[in-house]
Formats: sequence, structure tokens, C-alpha cells
Amino acid sequence: MQVTSTVRNPLVTGGKTIHDITEDVCRQVEGKPTKSWMLVLSMALGALTIGGYALAMTLWEGIGMWGLNKTVGWAWDITNFVWWVGIGHAGTLISAILLLFRQKWRTSINRAAEAMTIFAVICALLFPVIHTGRPWLTLYWPIPLPNAFGSLWVNFHSPLVWDFFAISTYFTVSLVFWYIGLIPDFATIRDRATNKISKAVYGALSFGWDGAAKTWSRYESVSLILAGLATPLVLSVHTIVSMDFATSVIPGWHTTIFPPYFVAGAIFSGFAMVLTLMIITRKVYKLEDYITISHIEMMNIIIIVTGSIVGVAYLTELFIAWYSGVEYEQYAFLNRATGPYWWSYAIMMTCNVVSPQLFWFKKIRTNIVATFILSIVVNIGMWFERFVIIVTSLHRDYVPSSWAMFHPTLYDMGVYLFSFGLFFTLFLLFAKFFPVINMAEVKSILKSSSEKRN
Amino acid sequence: MAMDSGKHYVLGIFEDEDVLIQAVKSVRGAGVKIHEVFSPFPVHGLDEALGYKRSRLPIAAFMFGALGTTLALTMQFWMLGVDWPMIIGGKNFTPLPTFIPVTFELTVLLSALGMVGVFMIVSNLKPYATPKIFDKRSTDDKHVMAIDLAQNKMDKGKIDEILKSSGASEVNQKEFE
Repeated sequence: MQVTSTVRNPLVTGGKTIHDITEDVCRQVEGKPTKSWMLVLSMALGALTIGGYALAMTLWEGIGMWGLNKTVGWAWDITNFVWWVGIGHAGTLISAILLLFRQKWRTSINRAAEAMTIFAVICALLFPVIHTGRPWLTLYWPIPLPNAFGSLWVNFHSPLVWDFFAISTYFTVSLVFWYIGLIPDFATIRDRATNKISKAVYGALSFGWDGAAKTWSRYESVSLILAGLATPLVLSVHTIVSMDFATSVIPGWHTTIFPPYFVAGAIFSGFAMVLTLMIITRKVYKLEDYITISHIEMMNIIIIVTGSIVGVAYLTELFIAWYSGVEYEQYAFLNRATGPYWWSYAIMMTCNVVSPQLFWFKKIRTNIVATFILSIVVNIGMWFERFVIIVTSLHRDYVPSSWAMFHPTLYDMGVYLFSFGLFFTLFLLFAKFFPVINMAEVKSILKSSSEKRN
Repeated sequence: MAMDSGKHYVLGIFEDEDVLIQAVKSVRGAGVKIHEVFSPFPVHGLDEALGYKRSRLPIAAFMFGALGTTLALTMQFWMLGVDWPMIIGGKNFTPLPTFIPVTFELTVLLSALGMVGVFMIVSNLKPYATPKIFDKRSTDDKHVMAIDLAQNKMDKGKIDEILKSSGASEVNQKEFE
């Protein structure tokens, strides 16, 4: 009965049956934690602890612990914020946009990518919250509460308020989308569970799912509509993040190209992070038949496309700065490329514009080691992109007497380390206790897109 | 046969989704009422074969979305236009363009949460809900067609026969207390 296409590569290799999918994915959840998992988790917890000290000191003493000064008031914190939010774009893009485009290869990677999205957004939220200096108050500042509670209504003209609404909506909708997809898989684990604890835990998590045709039919329409809602949502989030800069009057920030340029950059770095994580996960969990070389190649193609869009945006910025005839704008860009921060501009250009072009060679984009290295290079480049945009635009103020440099302190680095510790701790816990591959969806494409069983 | 509803079921176990859809059609064609089919993954065309109507959840999504738009616009116009107008950067009190981002986000938020909430309620999905499990393999790799004997006048032997001839790999019986 199996129909195999002669034109397309199979999405699931190794002649898997439906039962094999259940076995391969549930094995990780049901087995005892492996030594390598424990080792990596302890490293993540170590980063969390060391970073936690830096974070605690920052909260206790105030953000004076960081290297910020009167001129450069935004530096690593906001760089990290934009970087993490950018990474948090791939998951919902994969599950929503690729669902609308009926790209079946998304099914093996969407679960882990969505988890990554949620954890990256949590890490991102950390930074603006700490940066306000009084995080216990930040929780209610942007909420429109009655005047008696605070001062006046929040300023809805402000992109910082838009940002609060955008990111909290994005986080909530991504979380709901992810959880709805998890319910049928939790039911699978529940029905296989042999001990009392996992029966109770997965029984609660599976919300009483029974796989009835009526529920599946509703589930399908819910997924489709959520995808339709999440698609413009993904695009809106980084658009609004870019408006934090674009609506200001700082040369180097005040440009209309920012929204599309930021969105492309976000997808670019998000896919790179998905590749970094998936290459390790598929190796450790032996999921090579589900996350195949052609999956990696597809993601690399998306990286070439978005990386090239980012490259064009960099060049357009330079051209517009010259063509605008505005002295300050021209100086901002000249200073970026040749000023004291030229090295960060050079790292950005090399990592983001030059390195992804290597993926034009089929040998490189189907090579796992090369992809892994380049995926990290891309994220280094994307961190520097945000650093360049934020710090080089600020450090040469309008008044030359205010010109300054930014020097990060150990506490800047420590809080960044904390976000890494948090991200990897959450991801490792997810990879151990949750099914890393969306079993139900992979099962549904198995018949049409798998390798023929001999 | 006078049996209490929801106690005695005949289960047809199917291996393949295409065989299942054909079987649903032929079983219904033979005049047997199907209680429900349980599958490990969504099977396209199964809901039509079972005669289920299209889900009205998209309507719920639209209504909640429209509610979100209305609430967001009303909130912003009332707060900054009526309750406490403020001059910010010399701009109008209530410029529509700067209200769009928050309006868009709240539309999406209410639409998504409202639709998912309705989905949870109508499908009885909640923590600690205990489902009626007919066959545990239905969340692994088997499709399970459940036929309630109390809903069918036909006798059990006849139903077994129809299931077998339509491609069921096993025909079992399930009793609930």
C-alpha cells in the first residue's frame, strides 16, 4: 500500500513503521537519564549558578554593576534581548508558516523548535525586565491599570508598550500552540506508562485525550487557525522590536528598513539555533532517520535566503545613509565601519553576509560538521549585529564632549551567562521529559513520505 | 437485546488509514451505527466518512478576534482620548496608527485563547479528565472503531462479520462497568 515518490527524497528514512516512531521517541522519555545528559545538565546548572550570582548582584546593587554610562545607556542587555527574541522566531515560523505552505518536512523539527522558541523568549524577557532596575515593578508598569494604582494610563504611542503587548502575546500564543500539539503525544506516553508516577503526571498533562475522530477534526481546524494567527504574529514581533529603535531620532536607528531587516535577521538566527540544537539532539537521541540530511539542507537553504536578505539590508543602509545627504546619518555609518568599533562591524559582516554564502555549495550544506560550525558562526554574527546597531549608534553622541566607549563588566557577561544556563537547563529538561518529535504528525505523513520498507 | 447504553462495545482494529476510511463507509452503508473511531494521528477524510459536520471553531476564533479588536480600540481611545488626554510629543490625543500594534496583538491573543478555550470545553480536555480508553494501542499505531451494541439493533455476530469483511485485522469486545 505504501506509495513512494520517485521525485522527492523521503522525509522519514530507515523503513520505519508507525509503531517504530512511538518506540523511538518514547524511549528517551521512559528511559533513565543518560550520563551525557546529566553531564550537560550539570554544566547548564553551573552556568545558571555563576550567572545567578551576577544577576543577584545586579539586582541588589543596581544596574550600575554593568558597564553602561550616560552616553551608552543600552548595550549588552538590549543586545541580548534582541538576540534571544530573534532566536525565538524560528519555532513558530516552522510550525505556522511551514504548515500554511504545507511543508511536510516541518513535522520532525517543529516540536523542538517551538520549545526552543518559548525558552528563548523567556531568556529575552529577562533583559528588559532587569534593565528597568526595579524588576518587581516592571511587572505592572506596562499594563494599563487604573490611575489610582500608578500614575496615568500607559502611553500607547510608545513602541516600548507595543513591545510589551507583542512579546507577551507571542509568548502566550506560542505556548498554547506548542501545548496543543503536545497533548496527543502525552496521551501516547500515558498509555504506555508502567509506573504510577508517570501514569499520574502524563495522565494530567494529556488532558484526557482519547484520539476520537471528532476531536482530531477539531484539533486540525484549531491548528490551522492558530497557524494563520501565528504567521502575522511572528512577523509583527520583530517588526515591533525594531520599532523600539526605528521610531527614535538616533542616527543609525531612525530608518524605515528596520522592520523587514530585523524579521529576516530573526529568522536567520532562529534557524541557525535550531540547527545547532537539532544536530546535537539527533545524534544523542539517534534520530537520524527522522531529522535527515535533507531536513538539514532545507534549513540551510532558508539560512542562505535570509542571510542574503540581511546582507542586502546592510548594503541598503549604507547606500541610503550616503544618498540621504544627512551628515549625521552618514557619520553614523562611517563610524560603524571605520570607527573604534570597526572590529565588531567586521565580525558582523563576515559571519552574517559572507559565511552563509558557503551554503551555496551542496557539499557544505549537506555536511553536518560544517553546518554545525556555521550555525554557531551565524549566531555570533547576529549577536554582533545587534551590538553594532545599539552601541555604535549611541557611543558618539550629538555633543562630542559626551562621546564615550562601552566596556562590559564581569556582571554584563555573568547575566548573559545566566540566560544561557536558563536556556539550556529548560531545553535539556524538555528533551528528557517531553517527546522531542511530534509523533502524531510524523505518523500522519509516514505513508506518503517515507522510505519504502523492504 | 436490551442493553444499557455505553456498556458493551464491539471494537474493530485497523492497521491502515485508507482501509479504515473504506471500512467506515462500508460499515455505515450496512446500517451499523459507529460510536466513534480512535486514531493515533489525524486521518484526512475520516470526519467526512463518519458524517461529521465541519467544525465551527473558526467562527469562534473570528468572534473572539473581533471582540479583541473592539476591546483594544475602545480601551485606547477611552484612556487616552476621554479619560485622561495627554499631549505626548505634540501629537494628536488619539492617532489611529499608533493604536494599531496593540490592537493587532490583542486581536490575535483573544482569538487564539478564545478558540482554544472553546476547543478544550467542547472536547472535554482538561487536566485529570479520565478518558474512556477502548484499546490502548489507539494512541500508538492502531485505529480503533468502536460500535455501541445498545445503539444497534443488529446482533453482535453480524456486526463482527461486517467488520471483518471490511478489513479489520482484529475484532474485539469491550465492556465498561
